[in-house]
Amino acid sequence: MPKHVIDPNQWIKLYSDYLFNYTITRVNDREIAKDLVQDTFVAGLNSMKNFKGEASERTWLISILKRKIIDYYRKINSNKGKAEVRMTYSSDENEGDWLEERVADPFDKTAEDTIENSELGRAIDNCLSKLPEKQAQVFEMKTILNYETEAICNELDITASNLWVIIHRARTAMANCLEKNWF
Amino acid sequence: MSNKIFIPCEDANHVCDKTQYKEATLWEKIKLNIHLIYCNACRKYTKNNTKLTKLITKKPVTMDTSTKESLQSAFEKELAKHQ
Repeated sequence: MPKHVIDPNQWIKLYSDYLFNYTITRVNDREIAKDLVQDTFVAGLNSMKNFKGEASERTWLISILKRKIIDYYRKINSNKGKAEVRMTYSSDENEGDWLEERVADPFDKTAEDTIENSELGRAIDNCLSKLPEKQAQVFEMKTILNYETEAICNELDITASNLWVIIHRARTAMANCLEKNWF
Repeated sequence: MSNKIFIPCEDANHVCDKTQYKEATLWEKIKLNIHLIYCNACRKYTKNNTKLTKLITKKPVTMDTSTKESLQSAFEKELAKHQ
């Protein structure tokens, strides 16, 4: 097996979307996901010397990201934060040598899934572009960007019941469109 | 919304939409499910609606360009420190 080399200059280009996707399914908030991804890149940079080339760069970055996500949940779940057990790479004998990093992640997407999902992404974008502008806007804010109902109402200056009507129409249209192109 | 157990289709669809965003209350969901027992049209709508939600969550998200740029610039600053 060839040794994996590390090249941080390419990280953002190659992995930011992948890491972002991975994070967003776990924290469900774009801002937090972005911060976590950024933290991961920085942490990766700081511990580059621990990279042994046994796993691919991406796997290695994901293993850092996992820790960042766990840390994030720890932080929001414990106000005390004193009793927490920290796992770090700093023990001398086996730094950066976690077995789990080389074990396949069951939640990881397979190549097939990725292809199917990118096709799905195109189908959804396509259907979204066929909606009337207002519906598409509201639907996107609500469903894809996960904004609060109230926030959308304030931003667009509409009432909540107004919003639900728009959402309903958009959902019906989207379901019909996807039924033709995808289901 | 009224307190009746049997709700009209319009309300049922509204609750169904809310359920997709986890905003419906338990009582609303119970009423929806009672409605679904006897209403074929709403059953179909609910089925499609749930499927739509599932598909959307499967859609790969991408960072918008501005976020990516800010990420890139922040990262480059860090990178400069290391070289």
